[in-house]
Amino acid sequence: MFDLLAASEPAQLLPARSQMAFTLMFHIILVPLGVALPALMLLAEHRGLKRRDQAALTLARRWSHVAGVTFAVGAVSGTVLSFEMGLLWPGLTGKYGDVFGLPFAIEGIAFFLEAILVAIYIYGWKRLRPWTHFKLGLPIPFVALVGAFSIISANSWMNTPAGFTLGPDGWPTDIDPIAAIFNKALPWEFLHFVCAAYMAAGFTVASVYAVGWLRGRRDRYHRLGFLIPFTVAAIFTPVQMVVGDLIAVWLFKEMPVKFAAMEVVTNSGTHQPEIFFGRYDAATNTVSGGISIPNLNSILAGNSPDTYVQGLDAVPLADRPSNVNVVHWAFDIMVGIGTLLMLFVIWFAWHWWRKRDIPSSKPFLWIAASAGVLTYIAIEAGWIVTEVGRQPWIVYGFERTSSAVTGADGIWLSFAVVVVLYLVMAAGAITVLRAMARRWRRADIGEYGDAAVPYGPRPEVEASTEKAPS
Amino acid sequence: MTAADAVAVLVVLAVTLYAWSGLADYGAGFWDLTAGGREGGGRVRSLIDAVITPVWEANHVWLVYLLVLTWTAFGTAFASAMTTLYIPLMLAALGIVLRGANFALRKDAARAGRRHVAGMLFGLGAVLTPFCLGAALGGIIAGRVPPGNAAGNEVTSWWNPTSILVGLLAVAMGAFLAAVYLIAEAHRRGLPGLREYFRRRALWTGVLALLFGIGALVSLRGDSPQMFDRFVTRGGVLLAAGAVLLALTFMRAARGGVRGLRLLAAGGVAALVWAWGVAQYPYLLPFGLTIADGAGAPITQKWMLAWFGVALVTLVPALILLYVLDQRGELGEDPLTSLEAGEPGDLRP
Repeated sequence: MFDLLAASEPAQLLPARSQMAFTLMFHIILVPLGVALPALMLLAEHRGLKRRDQAALTLARRWSHVAGVTFAVGAVSGTVLSFEMGLLWPGLTGKYGDVFGLPFAIEGIAFFLEAILVAIYIYGWKRLRPWTHFKLGLPIPFVALVGAFSIISANSWMNTPAGFTLGPDGWPTDIDPIAAIFNKALPWEFLHFVCAAYMAAGFTVASVYAVGWLRGRRDRYHRLGFLIPFTVAAIFTPVQMVVGDLIAVWLFKEMPVKFAAMEVVTNSGTHQPEIFFGRYDAATNTVSGGISIPNLNSILAGNSPDTYVQGLDAVPLADRPSNVNVVHWAFDIMVGIGTLLMLFVIWFAWHWWRKRDIPSSKPFLWIAASAGVLTYIAIEAGWIVTEVGRQPWIVYGFERTSSAVTGADGIWLSFAVVVVLYLVMAAGAITVLRAMARRWRRADIGEYGDAAVPYGPRPEVEASTEKAPS
Repeated sequence: MTAADAVAVLVVLAVTLYAWSGLADYGAGFWDLTAGGREGGGRVRSLIDAVITPVWEANHVWLVYLLVLTWTAFGTAFASAMTTLYIPLMLAALGIVLRGANFALRKDAARAGRRHVAGMLFGLGAVLTPFCLGAALGGIIAGRVPPGNAAGNEVTSWWNPTSILVGLLAVAMGAFLAAVYLIAEAHRRGLPGLREYFRRRALWTGVLALLFGIGALVSLRGDSPQMFDRFVTRGGVLLAAGAVLLALTFMRAARGGVRGLRLLAAGGVAALVWAWGVAQYPYLLPFGLTIADGAGAPITQKWMLAWFGVALVTLVPALILLYVLDQRGELGEDPLTSLEAGEPGDLRP
């Protein structure tokens, strides 16, 4: 049966899925920076203005410049994604466009508004009055949340479709786009993603200054550059742990097939073990290897070893995720990294509570330096869980991915070209960011907080810093 | 007028806005590409950078809006066009990536020599994208895109005389618009040399655009007589208005005028876009799919209109603020170099 299925699969399905996965996984790197970096820069600016803190102002200004670059690259990769929605998945946009398209229109406007406000913020550093500048920037994080809400809404709709019924001709009728926006998975996915975005942006920005700290640049500027984003990420980490656990329980009830794939539950029943990693064999529906803890999965899903968990055997092979191993491993990696980061945050909190200082031990700084990358790996893994875990459906329970794919040829070629161009674009963005960092380091001769800063933001503030006690 | 008709008007409006901003952005990329060697082209590029950088992303958001609007309101037409015109539209998307990479790369002042090579390579996106978008539109106008998943011919739907001429028209029109905008910007910054530089270029791209436009109409007459008739009868007034406005722009630029030049050019381009809208109405894909047949649920159309109202209320004040601050010279910092931009008019490379 499996062979028969593979043979009847459209030729463009694999390249189309690969291209979509690649471009989305690229774009998702930029999203946390667009969603959460503006909040970090505003926090730093607020501190800088309130306490007349030159180092905080310099940080805010530099972060806004980084946001400007990542925002531009994100605009490009976002444009490509909206092309791909039609180029690769005409069966999704063509058939369900009027059901789930509205949030994309909302996102379009939100992104536009954010682009305008970011432009004003970045280009206004020197000339606008300090608090005016801050207030003009203040809406940015909220507008960014509207944008994230919209895109997450469209994605959660694919997981828990709502706002339509399928007519006798197989096309959606009784369409209610508002019910589609507020589908069941939306609050979960949205919360989960906002926490992830703030964690990723916070840990990533903090990791830059952790590296500087490791290299011996232990000044106030690096201390603040670490503390502001790290604190934000540290606040969101425990929230994320709770949200993540609630989502798993929710998935167990609402999307049992995805849950079974995530936790690699082979046969339905009670007393399900929690299996870490291992290898799933689709032909025999068994798992080999891995670490198994008896009863734990049942306990996590329903607080009791007697909880009945639906296994992969409950649905025919054709309705199971095409690659259970990918889903399961991605899930374990995501949860593993989340747990690691939680422990790391507890370490920091303990130390801060006792000593009012950042732990200065090498291991702490090494983990801090890699926390950004780790968070990003967790985000990519989480994305894989939700997308591959939903397969073979593009609209869960209604439309198969294979029936939504384009009938046009040559997707392998376009995929190859996209990979090359994206790598060039990524190299370009990294080159620019590194060149910016080099220029900043050259400019940073001398201590922060005194008036000798070459990029003193505004005359008014500089004048007042001189008067302020150091 | 049904809600779907009103959303179709929004689609044409989005095309107009994208023609004004995005097309002109590609035009600026074209002038960047052809500005010549590092020494001679430096001043030209500095002006283009100073004008484009603050509004770069915003220009392209209209395209995203256009795509989203079309798939939400007219899903069938969107899917049909996207699959049949897959090649030019994928190339257009890749051109946008090239343009974006160019934007990100070029300011890295460390290696000026390589920067120029990169500019040449990635500047190609500035020609590729408008050409491909124009060719795709030409294919739709000529009735070469039937409804269905990749139902039309994947090559001849866009690689035919009409499509090619509309593609060339888009490139020339973008270059013309950009040159006109840059005349005004050079004038505002007190740079008579650059004003004259772009004046000459506005003139010859204006002539080219006219030739391509006439060529496209002649070709359309052979390709789809019915559509040609609609253009010259129903769209005749707008076509004439567009021609007159662009001719006025042309003559005014030829005499060295600056005031009102941008408005005239934008009006001319809008009239041409609207001539297409009127000629094609009520078809989404001539002559296989009408707005009424291809429209999604009416409730969705109404929400799209309502959301457009929200967009107007939020975006217009923000855009006005950006524009006012920009024209008052209150925005003057380059995020890519993290250095302050020079004073307005200071364009030493």
